[in-house]
Parts: sequence; C-alpha cells; structure tokens
Amino acid sequence: MRDLTRRSVLRGMLGGGVVSVGLPMLDFFLNNNGTALASGAPMPVRFGTWGYGLGMTENIFVPKTYGPNYDLPEEIESWAPVRDHINLFTNAAAFPDDSPVPCHYTGWVIGRTGIAPKDGQTMPGETIDVTIANQVGSTTRFKSLTATATADVRSTYSYENATTPNAPEWSPMKFYQRLFGPDFPDPNAKSFTPDPEVMVRKSVLSGVMDQTKSLMQRVGAEDRQRLDQYFTGLRQLENQFEQRLKKPEPIASCQVPMAPQADPPMDKTAESVALRHKMMTDLLVMAVACDQTRVINMVYSGAASVVIKPGYEKPAHTTTHEEPVDKNLGYQPNASWFTRRTMESWAEFVNAFAQIKEGDGTLLDNMLIYATTDHGYARLHTLHGMPVFTAGRAGGLVKTGQHIDMKGGPLTQVGYTAMRLMGVDTPSWGTKSNRVSNAIGEMLA
Amino acid sequence: MHLFVTNYVRRAFVCLMAVMMLTGCFDQGPSEPVTMGTEPRMRLLTTSQYINTLRYVFGASVHTQGEFSPAERTEGLLANGAAVAGVSASLLEQFQRTAKSVAAQVVDESHRDYLIPCKPVNAQAADNACATEFISQTGRLLFGRALSDQEVDVYVSSAEAGAENLNDFYKGLATALEGLLLSPDFLFIVENAEPDPDNAGRLRLDAYSLASRLSFFLWNAGPDAQLLDAAESGELQTEEGLNRTLDRMLASPRLNNGMRAFFDDMFAFDDFNTLSKDPLIYPSFTSVTASAAREQTLRTVISHLIENEQDYRDLFTTRSTFITPELAILYDMPAPSGWTPYTFPPESLRSGLLTHVSFLTLHAHPGRSSPTLRGAALRELLLCQHVPPPPPDVDFSVIMSPDANYPTQRDRVRAHLENPSCAGCHRVTDPTGLSLENFDGEGRLRFTENNVEIDASGDLDGVPFENVVGLGQALRNNEALPACLVNRLYSYGSGGPTTAQDNQLLDYFNQQFAAEGYRLPSLLRAISQSDSFKRVTDGWNPAQVEREASADETTKHHVDASSQLGETQAQSSKGMQK
Repeated sequence: MRDLTRRSVLRGMLGGGVVSVGLPMLDFFLNNNGTALASGAPMPVRFGTWGYGLGMTENIFVPKTYGPNYDLPEEIESWAPVRDHINLFTNAAAFPDDSPVPCHYTGWVIGRTGIAPKDGQTMPGETIDVTIANQVGSTTRFKSLTATATADVRSTYSYENATTPNAPEWSPMKFYQRLFGPDFPDPNAKSFTPDPEVMVRKSVLSGVMDQTKSLMQRVGAEDRQRLDQYFTGLRQLENQFEQRLKKPEPIASCQVPMAPQADPPMDKTAESVALRHKMMTDLLVMAVACDQTRVINMVYSGAASVVIKPGYEKPAHTTTHEEPVDKNLGYQPNASWFTRRTMESWAEFVNAFAQIKEGDGTLLDNMLIYATTDHGYARLHTLHGMPVFTAGRAGGLVKTGQHIDMKGGPLTQVGYTAMRLMGVDTPSWGTKSNRVSNAIGEMLA
Repeated sequence: MHLFVTNYVRRAFVCLMAVMMLTGCFDQGPSEPVTMGTEPRMRLLTTSQYINTLRYVFGASVHTQGEFSPAERTEGLLANGAAVAGVSASLLEQFQRTAKSVAAQVVDESHRDYLIPCKPVNAQAADNACATEFISQTGRLLFGRALSDQEVDVYVSSAEAGAENLNDFYKGLATALEGLLLSPDFLFIVENAEPDPDNAGRLRLDAYSLASRLSFFLWNAGPDAQLLDAAESGELQTEEGLNRTLDRMLASPRLNNGMRAFFDDMFAFDDFNTLSKDPLIYPSFTSVTASAAREQTLRTVISHLIENEQDYRDLFTTRSTFITPELAILYDMPAPSGWTPYTFPPESLRSGLLTHVSFLTLHAHPGRSSPTLRGAALRELLLCQHVPPPPPDVDFSVIMSPDANYPTQRDRVRAHLENPSCAGCHRVTDPTGLSLENFDGEGRLRFTENNVEIDASGDLDGVPFENVVGLGQALRNNEALPACLVNRLYSYGSGGPTTAQDNQLLDYFNQQFAAEGYRLPSLLRAISQSDSFKRVTDGWNPAQVEREASADETTKHHVDASSQLGETQAQSSKGMQK
C-alpha cells in the first residue's frame, strides 16, 4: 500500500517524537457525516481558528517540559488558567520547497492550506476552515463566521478559493446586528410567528437563482465557477430564509448577549485590539452556543502585525526587525511585549468558550480551535521552529493540556489531524514537503 | 463648460480648416497597433460603483449604507481584482441587507411618487401594469441593458405574488426590486462579444457591453438612459456616434466622480480606511485628519487634471492645492473656513503630491516616518515598478546593534545597505524616500531629527537632487511617471491587468498622451476610441467552454433560456402558494 509506505516514511522523518496513527483508527471515532459523534452525544463538534502574526521568541516561549503539565515560560504565562485546555505544538516547520518565500505569507498560508504559495498574494486554494465548514456548516444559519480584532476588513486567514476571501467582521456593533438583530431566530423565544415577508423574499430568491443559471451559459469557464459560487451563496441565503420560517429548537446554553454600545477606537494600539478582540470573542461565543454557525475564525492580528504600543515608535513588525536583543534579558523586550499581549488575548479567547456550560461539560469541550501564525522566531522571520496551538477536546476525542514536540516536521500535521477530527474524509493534506497523511496520535484521547 | 470641450471645438475647427486646405487632418503620428483585445470580462461591482449607480438611478436621498468587502489589489489596482473576485456567502448577505434597505426606501412614502413612474389602481393589491413599467425602466438602468420580456415577467410575478401575500402593492414591488439588486446581472458587470462587421472574422464587444465599459471607466457607474439609447440605436458603434457620446461623457459632472474613483484606486487610498497614528506620538492626527488628507489630494487631482486640464506630470511639482481646517495644523498655517484653494509659497518645501499629508502619512509608520515605505510607494504606485518584499531569515543584527547611535533615518537605513540581501531593494527605495525626511510620520515639516540636521538629498534613477523639491522635479521628468498612468488607466478601463501583448499599444497611448501635453481628458478619449478597447479576443466562445463542462448539472437542466424562465415563473408562484 502506497499510503502505508508514505506513512512509515513520514514517521521515520519525525523520528518517533510524534506518534503517528494510521487513518482507519480515526474514522472509528466519527459517524458517517462527521457532524456528530458516533457515541450519540447531543451537541456537534464545532471548529474554530485563531490567527496572529510574528511567532514568538523561543527561549521565553517554548516550555522546557513536554507532555502534560508543561511549564509556562514568560511569553505564555497568561495561559495559566487555560493551559489544560490547550495543546501546544512547537518546533514545527512550513516548507516553501521550490516556491519563492514572501515573508509573512508563506508561513500562514501553509498553515491554513497545506500548500506553499507561488508568490506573495496568490492563495493556492480554500483554507482549512472552509474545507471543514463545507463538511459541517451546511445546516446552520451561517456556514462560517469570521471576525478580526484589527479593525481592518482585509485581515483574514479564511479564503473560499484563490480569489474569494471571507472578509471579517470588524465592527462589533455591526456584527451584533448581523447575529442578534431583528433577523435572529431566537431558539428560546416563547412564541414564534413566521414572517410573511420572509416567505416572499425566499421566492424572489428562486428567480434570482434561475437568472444566475441562465447567465452561466454566457460566460467563460472561470467566470462560470464564480457564478457557481454565487449560486451557492444564494442557496445559503435561501437556507437562512427557510430557517426563519421554522420554529428553532430551544438551546439551553444560548443567551442573547447585550448589544455593544460603541465600537472600540479604530487605532491599532494593543489596548484597542484587545478590546475589539474581547467584544468579537463574546459575540462569537454566543453565535456558536446558539448554533448559528459551527465554524468560526478569529484574527487577532494580521501576518506582519501592525499592532502598536503607544509612545513606542515602532509597530510590532518593525520592532521584531529593528529592536536590539537586550543583553541581560536575552530577548527583544518590546517585541516580546507584543507577543505577551497576543497570548493574553488567546488565553481570553479559550477561556470565553470554556465558561459556557453545554451538556455535561463546556462549549469548549465540544470544540476544536486551531491557532496558527506566520513565523517561528519573530526576530529572524523563520519558517522553522514554528508554534501551533489547539484548544478544546472536540467532544472528547482530543486529549488536551500537552506540549508536543514536532521535531522539525510539517506543521500541517496539526491541521490534518484537526480536519480528520472534524470529519473531513481525506487521505492527505498539503503538497510536496507539507503533504501529510498521518494524524498526531499524542493528541487523541 | 469644461476647458477641454472648448479645446475640442477649437481643434475640430482647425482641422476643418485644414481639410479645406487639402491637408490631412488627423495626422497625429503613428496609427494604433493591432492587439487581440481582451476576453469579455465579468467584473464584480465595487462599493463605489454600487453607490454611484444607485445614486444616479434613485437620487441622493436613497441611502446605501455600508461598505462591501473589497476585492484584492491585483497588479496595482483593486479594479483588477474585481475582474476575478468571487462572492462569498457573507458578501452576498451584505448585498441582500443593502438591497432590502434600498428597496424599502425606494417604495416608501417620501420616494414612491417620483421614483415609481405610475400609481397602482389599488395600493393594497397587485398591479401588474404599473409593476411592469417600473421593472422595465429600473431594471434597464440597473442591468445596463433592456430586460427581455421573460425577465420582466419573472420580476413582475414576484411583485404580484408579494403584493398578494402582503396585501400591499409597494411591499410587493420592493421585494421584486430586491431581486433585481441581488441579481448577478446587476452585481456583476458582464460583457458579451459579437462578430465585428467591419473586420471579418474578428469579435468586438456588443453595444451594451461597450456602453458599460465606457460608463464604468469614465463615470465609475452604470450607463445612463441616454448612453443605453445610443447603444440600442447602434449610434455608439459608429465612429461619429462614439465621438458624440465621448463628448457628452467627458463633459458630464459624473466624470469627476469617475476619475476620483480611479485615482483613489491607483494611489491605494483605500488604505486610509484603516490609517491611524500613535495617539501619544501624534495626538493631533485622527481619523478626521486622515479623511481630510485623502480629500485634499483628490480635490487637487480633479481640479488640476479635469477642471483646469493641466499636465499630469505637473501634479508632482504644483504648489496649488486646497486646505481645510482639519489639515491647517499639520501644514502650520491659520485655519481657513471650509475647503479653500491655497498655493504654497515658492520657497516652501511643499511642492507636489508627494508633499501632501496624504502620501506622507499613508507611507509611514504609526509612530515615525519611513523612507523605505515612502520610496517603495513612489516606485510601485507612481512608476508601476515592482519592489520585492524583504526576504525571510535575515539577521538584522547590524541595524539592531544596541551600541549604535543612529540619530536620523538616513543613518538607520544605511545599515540595510551593509547587508547584501537587503541592499538590492533598499538601494531602489531609500534614496527617494530619504528626501521626504523633511516630513515626519504625520506629514509635518521638520529640519532636524534628534537635534541632527536632516540631509534630504537623494537621487531618482541617476538624477540627483538636494531636497524634496528636486525629487518632485525628477519624478515629473521621469518617463515612467506618465507611462504608469497610461498603464493603470488602460487596465482600469479595459477591466483587467495589461499583458506583454499590450506593450505596443501602451507605447502608442504614451505618444498620444505626450502629443496632447499629458492632458488626462485627451488620454481618456484616446483609450476609449481605440480599437483594442472594444476588441474581443479572436475565437472567444463561451459555448465551446460549455462542451468541456457538459457534465455540469446546471447546464443539463438549462438547455434553453426560454424554457428555463418559464419554469422560474412557475416555481415562484408555486412557492407562494405553499
């Protein structure tokens, strides 16, 4: 079997540090469509991503110990309350192979697509969240939701395909309106009356769908694909209208949050970013708890982060390049200041989902969150020594609270494992050196 | 009347005289080189095109709130990205929300009397005659073509079913209008090809497609009724008719909006949407300052190029501009009341667009200036040159040495030149960027940095200068400056990036542009009149592609358009009965 050979080769490459597990074992855990557990657990597993720019500084980020109860060096001290929900993978690599290496792009693009991009702006294809949303997201009001803490509508790590970014929500007030405004089908509402206007709207939509199909006859192949995608979007809208005509099932953990009174300042100070991150997180938590979506994406900062520390003249990215290493401390103090603020927000993100009770556990227990960055060592902008994290137990399938050494192997192995856990039935993920076909056994319960 | 119209009339008269004197009239150097043209494009409407189009159709009191997710900047332009951009489900949701809000406004009591050309017999019931009138008129302006009878029927039956279900003619009509606004025929600018009767075997854009291409190029909005009339009558496809149309379009006030959109795109001013400065270092720079800075440059550009028809290159040396109270503090001058024309004194370092707060702040860090960002922007945005991004795995220890004392940016960036992997690109960006060092990160004038006098000398492609005034002059005289505008304008107008096959054509436009004194309206006319602008690649045929994709389900189900539309109608009304 070719697969077996490849698997053994990969296992050999990883030097046994990561216990690789063959594919059939994983399938055993999941039901046919991957949307619910074979055990019959009531709530489906939801997927999330979290992204930030500029990696870390190894000597103050990577724990000295591996396995459970790992130590928390200063850059990740803030993880203390949530450490046991997080798996930290270090020493992973993104392989550009023979592609050129545009800084800040190659690293995250490989983490999200498994493929090294051919230049600094062309996405090789759909991102992992889209693959998973196509698997688990078709029944909810939103196939996926994307938000950013940067106030920049262009900050996203989610692409439907090479030319269609999933633009993030950047205004908490607008996001609230979209989620919980007048169109929100409150699952716990006491009464339910279908809105006749929605019915009318739904039928108008079928006319638009036919118009779209007719237009497909007149355009070239690439444009037809774009129209096909447009058509899929119309179906999603139709699905939303349809749902508003049915009384939703009550959900105990769904509580409509308070509407935000104002958006945070538009500046890029770490303080404003943290505030926007928190407001967006609160909305995403309830969007998931109320089953409005089963896939979410959160952007803390873009690759080559432009977050600033007020009064300090360099933004985060320039700091990593230009700040001298403090000889006494052994690291760049301001660059590390930015990483610490980032890790505080990550911890807050994880904790927000862990606070919601769901079934016998928490919302986080029924989730798998996959977090990536663009580089390893920020100062040198490396593509090796990269960290990846996950949070959540994926409905009990994942063992959390571990530090796992990737031993220089492809970081795509984490993403691949996540895809398999989310029910995506694919024998491998990624291309060339980033191609993997083994799940990481150590993270499986 | 615009100056150029006067000029045009004058030129035409001179030509007429010349013809009478048996001399060749339009003897303007070489003729247009032949290109293959482009494939018909399918461009996604941008936010500003959406807003402009609806404003021209429904008037300014119908608000289109919201900003749609932008396309990705491709080959220097967002417009190029729109030619390949897809629509995600969340973007479609944004379109749906906007359509709902616009449609509700159009039929509300304050608008219906003048936006709907008829009154229903009974406002609580369907009125297909009135709905037909509205749908045909409005649909034609939104789709940029007349709707077929079957298409009208689809939307009218939506309006009918809506009116019956909601007991309200206007609500029914609003849902049909929502459908028009959600239709791909509105949200995409779709072009079609037809055989070119003047050149056997070749293809050209059909009349509607040419009208759209011209309209989005010059006005950044869909065609108006008069332009559609010219397309329908065949006038647009005659040389004379096209010229008459161009006269009208170039004289229209819509041209200002159109060219604002183009320069906003070419100068990457969408970055202003997220521009912010460090509140401790630059406390007076706010989002209000940022939008005033953007507006200042756009006003200067429009006044210089359109209203005064001046030489494009002089934009980079002119001291004439406009000032508003929000910017006065950064320019260190007393606040005028509102937008006021202003000319910087001849000894001032403020000379040309590079010294506007817009360029200086957009290409700087939140807390300081950046010679590298400014130099790279000058190369990429104004000269259409490509500056490679920095390589990974670079050790910046030279620049980072804690012992080094680098009082000025010049000292700091010099360190880049000591590292071979950095030097190649920084030699291209820094010598121009450093001569902008007399302006800090919020665009204020300064002569020292850390108490050391700033040396603002530099060079651009071998032309040395002492300070930014010299940089402006060198940029003005750089051949790549007008050539870059020509390149961007042609790809903006023709709807996608230029390729190597266009090089000769671009040379030709460059010569035309030079011969006309680098005046923008002449260039717009030359591009719009060119054969390449209208030509469609030989052999283009969607049907051929169709066969390759015949396994596709959608094509199997929709063999012919008429049976499909009939089915739509049936589906719609059936849907309503459920």
